[in-house]
Amino acid sequence: MTNNNGAMSDVLVRIRDMHFSRGNRAIFRGINMDIPRGGICAIMGPSGTGKTTLLKLIGAQLKPSQGTVHFDERDIHRLSRRDLYTERKRMGMLFQSGALLTDLSVFENVAYPLREHTALPERLVRHLVLTRLHAVGLRGARDLMPGELSGGMARRVALARALMLDPTMIMYDEPFTGQDPISMGVLIELLHTVNSALDLTSIIVSHDVQETLSIADYVYIVSDGVVVEGGTPDDIRHSSSDWVQQFVRGDADGPVPFQFPATDYQSDLFAPEIV
Amino acid sequence: MLDRLQGLGKTGIGFLERLGRGHIFLARLLLALGSLVFKPGLVIRQIYSVGVLTLIIIIVSGLFVGMVLALQLYNTLVGFNAEESLGVVLALTLLRELGPVVTGLLFAGRAGSALTAEIGLMKATEQLSGLEMMAVDPYQRIFAPRFLAAVVAMPLLAAMFSAVGVLGGYLVGVELLGVDSGAFWSQMQSNVDFNMDLMNGVIKSVVFGLVVAWIAIFEGFDCIPTSEGVSRATTRTVVNASLAVLGLDFLLTALMFNA
Amino acid sequence: MNSRAIEILVGFFMALGIAALVMLALQVSNLASFGGDNGYRVEAYFEDIGGLKVRSQVAVGGVQVGKVESIDYDMDTFKARVTINIQEQYNSFPLDTSANIYTAGLLCEQYSGLEPGGDVDFLTDGDVIEITQSAMVLERLIGQYLFSSAGK
Repeated sequence: MTNNNGAMSDVLVRIRDMHFSRGNRAIFRGINMDIPRGGICAIMGPSGTGKTTLLKLIGAQLKPSQGTVHFDERDIHRLSRRDLYTERKRMGMLFQSGALLTDLSVFENVAYPLREHTALPERLVRHLVLTRLHAVGLRGARDLMPGELSGGMARRVALARALMLDPTMIMYDEPFTGQDPISMGVLIELLHTVNSALDLTSIIVSHDVQETLSIADYVYIVSDGVVVEGGTPDDIRHSSSDWVQQFVRGDADGPVPFQFPATDYQSDLFAPEIV
Repeated sequence: MLDRLQGLGKTGIGFLERLGRGHIFLARLLLALGSLVFKPGLVIRQIYSVGVLTLIIIIVSGLFVGMVLALQLYNTLVGFNAEESLGVVLALTLLRELGPVVTGLLFAGRAGSALTAEIGLMKATEQLSGLEMMAVDPYQRIFAPRFLAAVVAMPLLAAMFSAVGVLGGYLVGVELLGVDSGAFWSQMQSNVDFNMDLMNGVIKSVVFGLVVAWIAIFEGFDCIPTSEGVSRATTRTVVNASLAVLGLDFLLTALMFNA
Repeated sequence: MNSRAIEILVGFFMALGIAALVMLALQVSNLASFGGDNGYRVEAYFEDIGGLKVRSQVAVGGVQVGKVESIDYDMDTFKARVTINIQEQYNSFPLDTSANIYTAGLLCEQYSGLEPGGDVDFLTDGDVIEITQSAMVLERLIGQYLFSSAGK
């Protein structure tokens, strides 16, 4: 697995033995992951397993307590602030809420990275912004404020903004949650086209199993702080693990019991001390 | 007993932790101020929201505080046949204490709470994380402009409060109660010292602006990113900032006027 | 709201704030009449200064000409040394001007009054006023009265 042969290795993000805990609660207990360059990699798992935290660790917004994360062969947590910011320009991140700046219009939101990091003339900025907005189908919404957008539209604007600096990789945090079937379809389609047209690497964090399996090239399933399973969508569908099967099919009962751990039902119901 | 002791220790450590985080935050905030040289527009926008939007409440309160003061002082002073001193006492009270302090309290309530809510909401809606991921430092683009705007706006607001208060006192004292206008102004002018009274009041208000802005921005930054967390942080800002203003006022007064 | 309107409003706000500061400085405080320490200093030694304080008025014939700048106790003469700052335009008081301490108003605020003498030389920076009269202290006056009436 150790191939340090220059910058163009086929692994873009390499996570090795990463531990992270918040307070006394261990969220990750030794995660190992290789996210291949190009293609769509999905990270799935039950709610509360820290999938968003994982993205923040990759983006170096959080520091692991142990272990390393390499982005394009550079240890992202050991970079100076300046180098980290340079690397971050190569990562786009799409938050669940879109994270648009509320006091700027759609146009200004998409133009924001350009205005911060470049000194391009206004004509060129306009051109670049409109092409990105057109790509996500929202050129007509350029003068709206973020408060006037639906959740799906906000995510599309955020995608346009994330594409502004021509990133190498985009991380999607729960892109499909809470969407109606149409906007879900739009987002899946967009994600797919953007990824293949721009030759990006995409990381999708999600627990919408079917949608995610339908577009991912590679899938990791994380639970209880460790990687439980990794493989292509087909590998996952035909996994031998009961737990993975339950997760993929969405059964109510199985290795993960329906009941929260409790004392015996009968004796609890007819407890003698309460009359 | 042991439990209670443990709880006390936990609270104490939690307090120290927050105190430490607050100061680290302040240090990064101050370091980020330099970047504003290239982005004056950001500061102007913030002066609008912390200054201009606070203006009305400051002017109205200043006017009424000045009028009430004049009424009360007149009733006391007239017993000593010293109603000509109304102007001096009024001006000294406003410049030294009420101007900076009441403005500080109103500022904490109006601008401080708005700052905390805004930044807390930015945190809850992941805008701060979003900026970080766009390789934009929120300290430079979000926190520092708000901080600087508050530090600039606060002394100006306090000055307006005092000026309007003196005018309100003049209206009640001279126009309504018939104190001699010449005595009102001349006594004031000969007994209010520029350095000792006016400048010390300005220094106080700058310090209050600094502290209120620091507390408000930090509380927003440090809040639990949920709607409940934001509302709690907003309450904490008003309470802590008001207490800080009152406590610091005592400290500063002791330092300045106890030579 | 567009940024132009915001800029105008902020400009208005800053102007108003600075106007308030200027108004306070010129109309309310003594900046206009006593702009700092541009006067000259003379010293006067008193047996007893009563309630005289730093920044008390110094008046001649009821007109304020300066203020008390500092007060301390001189261990050589065992007297209170009062440094007076007199404004520049009042620069021709005779050398034998005397200094007294009076009480103004019913609130018993004390001030220093100067009385010009007849000398041809003028007081200048660093001079000492030789003739002084201490403050009236009520207890002492009562004491003297009791003493003198007991002696009868």
